[in-house]
Amino acid sequence: MTQADILSGGFAEAPQQAARAFRACLEAMARPGRIQRIEGAHPPAPLSPAAGAVLLTLVDSTTPLCLAPSHDLPAVRQWIAFHCGAPLAEPAQAVFALGTWEALQPLSAFPIGTPQYPDRSTTLIVEMNALSPPNAVLTGPGIEDRQPARLPEIDSLIANRELFPLGHDFFFTAGFEIAALPRTTEPEAL
Amino acid sequence: MYVATKGGERAIDAAHQWLAEERRGDPSAPELTIVQIREQMALAVNRVMAEGSLYDRDLAALAIKQARGDLIEAIFLIRAYRTTLPRFGASQPVDTDAMALSRRISATFKDAPGGQVLGPTFDYTHRLLDFTLMAEGEAPQAARKPADPAPAPHILQLLDRDGLMEPLPASDETPPDLTREPLEMPADRPLRLQALARGDEGFVLSMAYSTQRGYGRTHAFVGELRIGTCAVDMEIPELGFAIEIGEIELTECETVNQFTGSKTEPPQFTRGYGLVMGQSERKAISMSLVDRALRWAELGEDDMGAPAQDAEFVLYHCDNIQATGFLEHIKLPHYVDFQSELELIRKLRRDAGAETCKEAAE
Amino acid sequence: MSEAAYNFAYLDEATKRMIRRALLKGLAIPGYQVPFASREMPMPYGWGTGGVQVTAACLTPEDCLKVIDQGADDTTNAVSIRKFFERTAGVATSEHTAAASVIQTRHRIPEQALTERQILVYQVPIPEPLRFLEPRESETRKMHALEEYGLMHVKLYEDIARHGAIATSYAYPVRVEGRYVMDPSPIPKFDNPKLGGMAAIQLFGAGREQRIYAVPPYTRVVSLDFEDHPFEASKAAHDCDLCGAAHSYLDEVITDDKGGRMFVCSDTDFCAMRRAEGHVGRLSPKGAAA
Repeated sequence: MTQADILSGGFAEAPQQAARAFRACLEAMARPGRIQRIEGAHPPAPLSPAAGAVLLTLVDSTTPLCLAPSHDLPAVRQWIAFHCGAPLAEPAQAVFALGTWEALQPLSAFPIGTPQYPDRSTTLIVEMNALSPPNAVLTGPGIEDRQPARLPEIDSLIANRELFPLGHDFFFTAGFEIAALPRTTEPEAL
Repeated sequence: MYVATKGGERAIDAAHQWLAEERRGDPSAPELTIVQIREQMALAVNRVMAEGSLYDRDLAALAIKQARGDLIEAIFLIRAYRTTLPRFGASQPVDTDAMALSRRISATFKDAPGGQVLGPTFDYTHRLLDFTLMAEGEAPQAARKPADPAPAPHILQLLDRDGLMEPLPASDETPPDLTREPLEMPADRPLRLQALARGDEGFVLSMAYSTQRGYGRTHAFVGELRIGTCAVDMEIPELGFAIEIGEIELTECETVNQFTGSKTEPPQFTRGYGLVMGQSERKAISMSLVDRALRWAELGEDDMGAPAQDAEFVLYHCDNIQATGFLEHIKLPHYVDFQSELELIRKLRRDAGAETCKEAAE
Repeated sequence: MSEAAYNFAYLDEATKRMIRRALLKGLAIPGYQVPFASREMPMPYGWGTGGVQVTAACLTPEDCLKVIDQGADDTTNAVSIRKFFERTAGVATSEHTAAASVIQTRHRIPEQALTERQILVYQVPIPEPLRFLEPRESETRKMHALEEYGLMHVKLYEDIARHGAIATSYAYPVRVEGRYVMDPSPIPKFDNPKLGGMAAIQLFGAGREQRIYAVPPYTRVVSLDFEDHPFEASKAAHDCDLCGAAHSYLDEVITDDKGGRMFVCSDTDFCAMRRAEGHVGRLSPKGAAA
């Protein structure tokens, strides 16, 4: 990866592109399982454009980021260092975590918040091959009836729901697509 | 015939124009310059800098001019401007030992190394209106004396050496910053001091006064009050060392307070601390008294239930920008809420009336 | 103020990221108050600084913004906030509820049902529903953590004992998804039933108190009550004197010094829309009906 590659791939017009990318994140978190398009980032592989956009939109020097082994690569590190400036952290300190589902295990290493501050939990950005076809159906806040979704695994997400109001919140990313699953969502296998 | 009111926008524009005209006052009187305010309203400028948390005399003077002399409004202008400024880094802690003093007094010792320096104080002026100022007479030139090159160490250090002061372990920890993180309780001392340093002078003064009158009494002596300028150094990462980026005027107050002691520790005096930007000694002294009162728990004192001992009460109410905003917001329309109250009270009265009639009939 | 000197939607990007993170956690924990490092805004605390910061963090250049205060687009503070975003974000604005993608409100929920493509941003003065029962933040935070809401029920019950009814008519507390008790901001309790099951995203910003919270779409929101004293969404027992609406929230307007008064929709856009459709009220000018 050349120096030029590291310096490129961020938002060209940060305020406007970050605003659009955030709206995709907001819609995703507000309507669990529903797929949103998120654009503007061109990060180095294996980081997806969607995950790159989430990082550019939400992560900075105040938010320790845990890179799972799948994404703990020099090119990814350098790109994040240049564009986000996020300190890399162990799971226990992570405000955000990034990686494939397998590489992020065990989830129990990431904070789930405290009874007084349930918001102090890790948000996990899970890179997927694709966000379809659905293998689960979701219910809960943000969902009018039932929402089909593709999840990397179902049992541990059911267990996460049991922790409410504590727990992890997830973004699932693939290509230019993003979906989310907050701790309130109840997944069920299709 | 009633029509839904339109014209809020026109009313606002007209109000702003009127305000601008009133700010200027009689146009036959010369307009104040920023330099005049900065130089001749220096203590007002200092207060705006201190509570606005921005050390810039010219901007503070501009804010005072724009605010028609309403200092809380001026502080508000400065705060709102300050939050838009990018943050390049943090300075190193200022060294008040090395302060170029313009005033330095101690109430605890008659004399001390470095001497007592009264400086430009109102303290012993007789509060008689000076009509020569009204006649725009020239100020007399004060006598000049070369600066004393002898060091003026902090007076409390002298007590410290004898073990009479509570020890104050040095710390290199970065203090929290309530302008960047939400205030969280319980607040530790650095956070409390930050809140007090930018808190309303009147509020902090009254809190301090209440401790003197017995609400959380701490028996304070002004160990030392010093005013002067300090160099501000900042580490520049590209250079790898610190350079001086400017100097600021500060007022620092250290109080010596009632002593504590226990079976394991001999009696010692305790401390209160105040540090404020500019020449703001009423504020610095008040701050050190309130700081000391808030330390009751760590010093093993009783909670007397005094307002000045209650960190949550003091910290949540000392900021005049928060306070004035919320206080004044009750001027905004509330007719929707009031209407719901009207409906409710009418209903309760109807029900109560029906009840009374029924009882009367029985 | 030179607009060019300020960033898109006024706030710097780092501040927006901080607010955006808080908003996402708010949606993930419906009704829970997320602390955030509220910034000093160029308008006073208590005048919508929380709502303005939330709106600033959400706006995209493509948005159409509507701002209402007391249900009306033309109240002075609504005008002032709308102008602020016209200048700093350059977004389109509208007074029509249906045309807006982001609606910032103080004290009302629009009458017209909101849709999935809309966000409703509330200005909140005191976000803590337990604050007037327990002034200490350190205590109320524990009460939420322990789901200890007995004090609130005692207060409501005391109302019933004294007045024969729950004596809260606005900022009426609600329970979100069976967990957090939440202050819906000082909307009249008439608006409470609209909070639950709404298609739009609801975001709440309290600037001075440094809290953000949220209600995702289609979320269960229940007004606190008792079986023998069920919650009742009340309004003035009149129709709108201008458009004849029977089920909209009404403002009472004093028309003379002899006790004369009239009732008109507080939602000015709703009322104007109905009048344009030809609806008339008791005091409509003759021949107003189309």
